[in-house]
Amino acid sequence: MQTDLLQEARRQAEICNACRYCEGYCSVFPALHQERFFSDANLTQLANLCHNCRGCYYACQYTAPHEFDLNLPKALAEVRQDSWENFAWPAPVARRFQKSGVMIALATILGFALLFLAFRALGSAGGEGFYAVLSHSAMVAIFLPAFLFPLASIAVSLRRYWQETGGKTITLSQIAGAFGSAAKMKNLAGGHGDGCNFEDEDRFSQARRHAHQAVMYGFLLCFASTSAGTILHYVFDMPAPYPLWSLPKLLGIPGGILMVIGTVMLASLKLKAERSLGAPSAWGGEMGFIVLLFLVALSGLALYALGSTAAMPALLAIHLGSVLSFFLLTPYTKMAHGFYRLAALVRDEQRKSAG
Amino acid sequence: MTSPYDIAIIGGGNAALCAAMTAAEKGAKVVILETAPKAYRGGNSRHTRNFRCMHSAPLGPLVDDYSEDEYFDDLLKVTDGKTDETLARLAIRTSEECLPWMEEHGVRFQPSLSGTLSLARTNAFFMGGGKSLVNAYYRTAEKLGVSVLYEANVTHLELDGDTIVRIDYTHEGETKQLEPSAVIVASGGFQADTEWLTRAWGPAAKNFLIRGTPYNRGVVLADLLDQGVQSVGDPTQCHAVAIDGRAPKFDGGIVTRLDCVPFSIVVNKEADRFYDEGEDVWPKRYAIWGRLVANQPDQVGYVIIDSKSLELFMPSVFPPIKADTLEELADKMGLPPVKLVETVKTFNAACGDTSNFHPTELDGVKTSGINIPKTNWARPINEPPFYGYSLRTGVTFTYLGLKVDENAQCSTASGPIRNLWAAGETMAGSILGQGYLAGFGMTIGTVFGRIAGREAANHAN
Repeated sequence: MQTDLLQEARRQAEICNACRYCEGYCSVFPALHQERFFSDANLTQLANLCHNCRGCYYACQYTAPHEFDLNLPKALAEVRQDSWENFAWPAPVARRFQKSGVMIALATILGFALLFLAFRALGSAGGEGFYAVLSHSAMVAIFLPAFLFPLASIAVSLRRYWQETGGKTITLSQIAGAFGSAAKMKNLAGGHGDGCNFEDEDRFSQARRHAHQAVMYGFLLCFASTSAGTILHYVFDMPAPYPLWSLPKLLGIPGGILMVIGTVMLASLKLKAERSLGAPSAWGGEMGFIVLLFLVALSGLALYALGSTAAMPALLAIHLGSVLSFFLLTPYTKMAHGFYRLAALVRDEQRKSAG
Repeated sequence: MTSPYDIAIIGGGNAALCAAMTAAEKGAKVVILETAPKAYRGGNSRHTRNFRCMHSAPLGPLVDDYSEDEYFDDLLKVTDGKTDETLARLAIRTSEECLPWMEEHGVRFQPSLSGTLSLARTNAFFMGGGKSLVNAYYRTAEKLGVSVLYEANVTHLELDGDTIVRIDYTHEGETKQLEPSAVIVASGGFQADTEWLTRAWGPAAKNFLIRGTPYNRGVVLADLLDQGVQSVGDPTQCHAVAIDGRAPKFDGGIVTRLDCVPFSIVVNKEADRFYDEGEDVWPKRYAIWGRLVANQPDQVGYVIIDSKSLELFMPSVFPPIKADTLEELADKMGLPPVKLVETVKTFNAACGDTSNFHPTELDGVKTSGINIPKTNWARPINEPPFYGYSLRTGVTFTYLGLKVDENAQCSTASGPIRNLWAAGETMAGSILGQGYLAGFGMTIGTVFGRIAGREAANHAN
């Protein structure tokens, strides 16, 4: 990991530890105040625990122009970003994509091209509906590895994270605590429940928390929709397309709508927010990832709406192409933060129970 | 000239904002003239962290109860009786209704911070500290239609008989004037004017650090006193504590405090001890040490501890200076090495049985047979590595201020000034004649800010 980023985070954490005014905002400060000296592992854990709500920045009496020049959200964002690039497997891929929206766009276009190529080369093999464009077995052949590889990669990264931060055996109650916190986005609520400081300096608002929840729950609904489809296909021998009153559609349509709304909100908030309170070098990669998620959701909805028109094959290529890129890039884009964040929350539950 | 504003408030900290919101809610057109730029707005309120509050039952973050009499007794202890009982009791009694008012105006509280459990009953902590309180108040004030001018330097209030008739100020490079019907002064003390401080205290004050804002230069205070407005408080005194000698000249705030003195020996630049480091628990002694250090050569002290004491106190903002031997430590700190070794040796030899050592209680572990005893926590300094900090005097505020009545109104020898009120640090000397009670500055500011806002609005209407 980059020692200059760690050193800067350490300098700031030591100032915070002598002040403690921000103790109530989020999980970072109680964890920080428990340490006296900050190892690289401490700082990595604190960085991944930080949700970048920025409450501490606007409350801080030591931000620039003060000579202490505190900007803890930024210092932690940079350590966090660096830790993801460092823990990723293979790491060079993460270095390519984490910070570059252009690279994400290129990968997505490559995804489209790959799918068009597959349509032409592999074809339908006599299937119906979407499978008239690309056979089911061809889809499985492409997407099963594209789904399993990122999972394996994330597993390697999380293991590295756990070892680095001294994680112990996980208990059920720790998992429950961490998921409970993530489900409510407790750390974006600002301690007092008024939300965070993001799009309008020190004004507290729930906008970012709600947008993020829309994306997260939308994504989970879409994931559940795909899982339901897989089960219907294999267990009940009911292949796609599915009618409106079916599990995949009932989960997928609201999920897709939530994701579209959430990503549009997140992107617009991100445009208003002060860039220097995050990791400025990663802004493009973060924005690229939001756009990719938006594309996945919008193309999925479009495919549902226009599935029986002549636009279907093109839409299918766009949808499957963006999903393919999304899957493959999961360990190397902002998507990885969800996994690290959960790990950090579990680790923090361990700290609290050891307390 | 007709003024676009009914009320002009000089200053931009807690008291000014409480006055502004109160007056605006009563329909007055209010302007705040804040001398600091936006980034440094809020005066010393930026550095505060809590509000001392009377309560008869659990209230907000506060547990149990804290009665008027107990609160007043606490005030008597720290001021040694130097207070105005009527004003003090008014502040104390009103504090209870202030807490919900503060919440309504955007302040959020949090449980007592780690390391401050002793205050959980008496002091309500602002979530995020004083700057977040200031931010919330500016948001609320602006919503109420209060105008705010930053970097507006008030140079003169023209007093004509019993009325302030004009305010002169500079803003955006121009000299400007206002003629509001009422004026509230809430611009703090004069501690950031080093020359004034030196005139008041003596040449040693040049070496003092100022813990808070560099903008409290007392310009308006001096201007009003020159025109015969009545004052209160000892003009030569300031509240000062011992802080980390490496702190910045201004605005170091809370983090520069050092809590390690009770576990140390403290020497001057000649490496001589000069006072009992273990006289009492640190919160009761840090102010005395501000004065003790001020009386040493070059106004500097040096704290020496060893490795066994390193984790007994709140972490410091700057890491301590560390060395494997006392000679090396003396070298690094610019102390005479031979003398330091001798001082430590003498001290160590005077230490006795340390088995009752208890870091958070007066443990009676004391020295015997030396001229300057250490009466608690006296353990030999003998386990390397050794650690050192320098200590300097850090000024919190000055006591000289404007005398006010229960309506926060100012006066001259010939009677009240019809349209001039004062709130906050600039009139706190009426109540805090000496010493300080944690969180009471914010109480005085909130209570008298609201009173001044109410009275000024009544006058303007």
